[in-house]
Amino acid sequence: MLLITCPWCGPRAELEFRCGGEAHIARPADAMNISDADYARYLFMRKNPKGWHYERWNHAAGCRRWFNALRHTATHEIRATYKPGDRKPEPPR
Amino acid sequence: MSDAGDFRLQTGGRIDRERRMRFFFNGASYVGFDGDTLASALLANGVRLVARSFKYHRPRGIMTAGAEEPNALVQIGSGPRVEPNLRATQVEIFDGLAAASQNCWPGVEFDIGRINDFVSRLLPAGFYYKTFMWPPGFWHLYEWAIRRAAGMGRAADSADPDRYDHRFAHCDVLVAGGGPAGLAAAFAAARAGARVILCDEQNEFGGSLLGGAEKIGGKPGMDWVAGTLETMRWLPAIAMLPRTSAFGYYDHNLVALCERVADHLGEPKPGQPRQRVWHVRAKQVVLATGAIERPLVFADNDRPGTMLAGAARTYLNRYGVICGRRAAVFTSNDSAYAAALELAAAGVEIAAVVDLRVEPGAWGEAAAAKGLRVIAGSAVAAVRGAQAVKAIEVAKLGIDGASLAGGREIVRCDLLLNSGGWTPSVHLFSQSGGRLAYDDALGAFVPGKAAQPQRNAGSCNGAMTLAECLAQGFAAGAQAAEDCGFAPVTPPMPELEPEMQATPARHLWIVPSLKPVGRGGKQFVDHQNDVTAADLRMAAREGYRSVEHLKRYTTTGMGTDQGKTSNLPALAILAEATGASIPAVGTTTFRPPYTPVTMGAMAGRMNGAFLDPARWTPMQRWHVRAGAVFENTGQWQRARYYPLGGEEMHVAVEREVRAARTTVGIFDASTLGKIDIKGPDAGKFLDLIYTNSFSKLAVGRCRYGLMLREDGYVFDDGVTVRLGEQHYLMHTTTGNAAPVLMWLEDLLQMEWTELKVRLTSVSEQFAVVTLSGPFARKLLAELTDDIDLDPKAFPFMSWRTGAAAGIPARVLRVSFTGDLSFEIQVRASYGIALWHAALAAGEKYGVVPYGLEAMHVLRAEKGYIVVGHETDGTTTPHDLGMGGMVADAKPDFIGKRGLRRADLLRPDRKQLVGLRLADGERRPLPEGAQLVDDPGQPIPMKMEGHVSSSYYSPTVGAPIALALVKNGRARLGETLYAPLPGRTAAAMVVAPCFFDPDGKRLHG
Amino acid sequence: MNRYSIFSLARNALSHHEDWQQAWRSPDPKPGYDVVVVGGGGHGLATAYYLAKEHGITNVAVLEKGWIGGGNTGRNTTVIRSNYLWDESAHLYEKSLRLYEGLSQDLNFNIMLSQRGVVNLAHSEHDMRELKRRVNALRLNGIDSEVLTRDEVKRLIPILSCEGHARYPVLGASVQWRGGVARHDAVAWGLARAADAHGVDIIQNCEVTGIMREGGRVAGVETTRGTIRAPKVGCVVAGHASVLAAMAGISLPIESHPLQALVSEPIKPVLHTVVMSGAVHAYVSQSDRGELVMGAGIDAFNSYAQRGAVNVVEHTVAAVCELFPIFGRVRVMRTWGGIVDVCPDASPIIGKTPVEGLYFNCGWGTGGFKATPGSGWVFAHTIARDEPHPLNAPFALDRFTSGALIDEHGAAAVAH
Repeated sequence: MLLITCPWCGPRAELEFRCGGEAHIARPADAMNISDADYARYLFMRKNPKGWHYERWNHAAGCRRWFNALRHTATHEIRATYKPGDRKPEPPR
Repeated sequence: MSDAGDFRLQTGGRIDRERRMRFFFNGASYVGFDGDTLASALLANGVRLVARSFKYHRPRGIMTAGAEEPNALVQIGSGPRVEPNLRATQVEIFDGLAAASQNCWPGVEFDIGRINDFVSRLLPAGFYYKTFMWPPGFWHLYEWAIRRAAGMGRAADSADPDRYDHRFAHCDVLVAGGGPAGLAAAFAAARAGARVILCDEQNEFGGSLLGGAEKIGGKPGMDWVAGTLETMRWLPAIAMLPRTSAFGYYDHNLVALCERVADHLGEPKPGQPRQRVWHVRAKQVVLATGAIERPLVFADNDRPGTMLAGAARTYLNRYGVICGRRAAVFTSNDSAYAAALELAAAGVEIAAVVDLRVEPGAWGEAAAAKGLRVIAGSAVAAVRGAQAVKAIEVAKLGIDGASLAGGREIVRCDLLLNSGGWTPSVHLFSQSGGRLAYDDALGAFVPGKAAQPQRNAGSCNGAMTLAECLAQGFAAGAQAAEDCGFAPVTPPMPELEPEMQATPARHLWIVPSLKPVGRGGKQFVDHQNDVTAADLRMAAREGYRSVEHLKRYTTTGMGTDQGKTSNLPALAILAEATGASIPAVGTTTFRPPYTPVTMGAMAGRMNGAFLDPARWTPMQRWHVRAGAVFENTGQWQRARYYPLGGEEMHVAVEREVRAARTTVGIFDASTLGKIDIKGPDAGKFLDLIYTNSFSKLAVGRCRYGLMLREDGYVFDDGVTVRLGEQHYLMHTTTGNAAPVLMWLEDLLQMEWTELKVRLTSVSEQFAVVTLSGPFARKLLAELTDDIDLDPKAFPFMSWRTGAAAGIPARVLRVSFTGDLSFEIQVRASYGIALWHAALAAGEKYGVVPYGLEAMHVLRAEKGYIVVGHETDGTTTPHDLGMGGMVADAKPDFIGKRGLRRADLLRPDRKQLVGLRLADGERRPLPEGAQLVDDPGQPIPMKMEGHVSSSYYSPTVGAPIALALVKNGRARLGETLYAPLPGRTAAAMVVAPCFFDPDGKRLHG
Repeated sequence: MNRYSIFSLARNALSHHEDWQQAWRSPDPKPGYDVVVVGGGGHGLATAYYLAKEHGITNVAVLEKGWIGGGNTGRNTTVIRSNYLWDESAHLYEKSLRLYEGLSQDLNFNIMLSQRGVVNLAHSEHDMRELKRRVNALRLNGIDSEVLTRDEVKRLIPILSCEGHARYPVLGASVQWRGGVARHDAVAWGLARAADAHGVDIIQNCEVTGIMREGGRVAGVETTRGTIRAPKVGCVVAGHASVLAAMAGISLPIESHPLQALVSEPIKPVLHTVVMSGAVHAYVSQSDRGELVMGAGIDAFNSYAQRGAVNVVEHTVAAVCELFPIFGRVRVMRTWGGIVDVCPDASPIIGKTPVEGLYFNCGWGTGGFKATPGSGWVFAHTIARDEPHPLNAPFALDRFTSGALIDEHGAAAVAH
């Protein structure tokens, strides 16, 4: 079970959180004028990398805020958690 | 000697001779002492044969003195407290303990299953993959026979009466293992000021010192243990947990422990949990989990009386038990000499020490000096005795170690001790993600690079002397504390006895026997699963050369001991067979749990009512008293119907429906999700959420909305109320209240951050009483005098505030029945008062409470959908005939683009329709019935749709149904068929509304 | 290939089992093949086997980065069934079940298919309605399925707690009698041995590091054991599908998650069917060794670690104890994790890709084992003919563009 640092509440057990999948997927601004294929990319296509992954979490049993995390999908190391709108941290080299 | 066993010494050991414990094994009565394990007590009483092996039913004795025991598995207890597969070496005896051998019939002395051993040539590893294939389809008969032989112990035949607990803890330093290294680490860390949790699987701390005879500071090692524990007891922040196994090492330094709170008592005391699982989140972890002695692989190395040298030492020093009168010792390394010397000192005759090494070194000389006979460069070539060791045959080893040279000598003995070296217990380290490194001298894997904030100390780290263990422990504890931010304190090393000069071990993974491997006596590697060296070689020959293939094909290491004594020898034998090095072959993955964990303990308090919280409305007690039958809908328990005087369900439901249509019904609608939405952008936000528009909704009005997912399918529906310019109250379905809130929060926080909107869940803050039926207004008028109930003043889809039965209330004129309805919302604590008041006032109007089932009939008569009935995650508003609610003119709303995808525009999509049955048919179609055009067509049939809701409608006087049918709206009047088990029902497609299609009742 | 039988066993017993042939060879990779199958799990091996057997294409290599059957093939709970709601899925999984029914004889390797019945419990009216919808659809699709009343469930599984006072009492169940379990490792080994006998090269410890493309079509693969050219490459790598797809510049609608499973210590058999419950989230069967085999839920986050959280396992154990109170004192012996490749509609992707000659078979999520032979059979067809078989045509990648998803979340039986 992960230990996740909520940017507002501090480190808490994963039990308190809900994972929201890949982060930084922008909702298309002009959705009605893009192709079905482009819309499918937004709806369904995911990077799913083996390595550093930007993802969304919600502190559901805490402050109920959403935030982002940079986590490694093979080691589960969490390098950073950050508030929405904050600059995306660079993955470690 | 006494009745407490012929093999018990008069003095010594950590047992309490004053406290005698009577126990039973296979029906016979014995006496042991407090402090004994079942194994030590049996050995003290001279019981050698305790179990039968899994496959060949070979007679087996006690091989070890700890968690690694592969042989001595027993069943204990009776009735609901029966527990199978316990290791006798770990069961602490208590007065009245009843244990029995398992996996044998009629008994452990004579076991019919032994026949497998005599035909074992036909049963090599994996034989079942190669046979039982003829005749085709007969496997289930073979399997029936196999299953009769399967399993080991028995489960109880009734529910476990005991309680289990979970505990969550945080600490600076967790130390797993309370031997010398672990104690040293805990002491150093705690002295530095760290909050420490120290756990050990045994009933006492001390680890190897419990069974050894080493001195620390000139006194017995256990005195040092006692002194250290006493000092630690006075430190402020240390928790010491004996009988607690660290069984799993998970992400981010979470370690799971299982504490056996009451197993040694037989039954828990009142209020006491039997076991407790701890989840410990530690900043730093020190693993001091020790090492396990490995048996040597030689012919017939499983005869009862064959035991690990270290185990015999433990039985002697810890329990005052000698495991035989005349012992032979067979070793590859120095460690067995201590056992030989201590046993000799205790009066056991040492027949010989057979050492694989040509030069046994200092220990060999010390043994010889004490008069022991050391036979160097030799091996045990054979063991004599069927049910117990009677003698061994000793032969010189050839230079290569792969063969025997010269003649054999028969050495008589009743105890055969052996040692193939020590394997560090790297299980938890490996589970933590750490990399293992192979240590040639040790002939075993040791911890390499750690993956988490963690260090290793003592013999689990390859330290094989007491001095090293203590030094590593002190250093690891001090460093762990320092890494937590404490100033390190390294306690001084106590004075130790000088160590004997060490001589390298000779690792011979298969000891040669009189015949080639596989042709003579069985050379067991995995004792529990009866895997031999020959099996492993055969598997390698057949191409099962990956260590995982080998394990799975032969089942080595797959038993309840998870290969604690067998994994490394198996690996080494595979390496030899394939010509690879041991590190190149690699290990199998170590997986939790380290030792088996009781399922009840893993479940903890998550059982019965605690499995999932049950949610009740404020009127729950009334429903219970009224005799309601309840239905689980998600976590909510809702009244389904209220039978009167033993009514059957359909009778009660029809009565309730009739009342709601002819007089007035009262319904508890409190479970609906309610989200309070406030802010200057609330209207704009709702316009984005729903397919229809809410920003233009007038204050005082209500509107039904459909909510889609981004892919265009219906997610939820409900009425939203405009309470003020910047204030709305959204209703969701009961089941979707939480998901909808989560989704709305997500959009506001992550997507539309510029919108100024606040969301508050108020689902449980309000109780909702629905009055529905022709007299609903009259009844409401009895309750309130400050709301103008005139239809013109209070039209359909509007709301008013006022007092209902004197309670501040918000009244919504909305309807889910198609009849005149009012929903009265009051603060939850007033719910029951309002309910009582409405019932009392409604008596003269014939008010009848109706449950969820009647509500479903009522709404289905009107053709109202229910999310989850008429929608299944693949349903669009157009499918439901609600295309008119999709405001395409809006620039954006969730799902707008999704709805425009090709498949969602398909003309032959399933559409919501009604179904009527043939005249006179009173049986409703089953919900979930599939519909076809031609019931006579061959299978597979082409299905046209399915029944989503179906009831007997007392209003219509016939069954009705809602269904989703391909292109259904264009097929009104057509007949479809539902082929059901045993009959076929015909149904006519009609419009999905069976009651008041013009809405006169609704608006009246 | 030497045939296995009771006679060969007896014959080899006489020679002390020293003369058994290798079940499959361990060849070095050739510079090129007609088809390269990436992934030596059950699905990849089945693909190679049916390429050889059904389509006569034997110049095939199966490349496996570790040991064959080491991924989800060797980590699942061995349940086999075909009780899926939608026609497309029902027909695909039924094809697989039918292949399973003859597989031991076909492969001359006992995969121990035990058709002991799969029971899906219903704990609410909602469950009952969904279950009946599925049963009715299955029957009309020609797949055996029945609804059981609560009393029938109790008779079939006496140790199941059906009591009304339980938090989620059992209201009824569906059963597929032809469903059951099979020995998962044996499926991989049997397929490997049979494919090898047809001349297929099974190459272990050979990790694909790149997918070569020339002029818009696939040309082969780069591996840790050198370049291997092939005009057709089929990727069947379960949890690692996205990693392989990225090598070819393809996006997939897949996320990889940990999925855990566990077994108890062996006990004398008391549970003779497979029991699944979505509401309390448990599925459990008892193996021929006597172990209770239990499937846990997936962890919510993406992972390639084959490791999940302990609380997920605890919830599963709690659910099993709730259904079977007599298991309270039985002990968990081993837990483990796999990596499942989850599609948004809980259905797989089997078919062509935008890169000519490159085929993907992935997204089986939590339910791949039961599909093993069927998946290989249709994938072999797809590769051999360069067009999907009608059975797998609906499972093309472009369904995510059109929206023609096959939503089988309900059929996962437990809400993964």
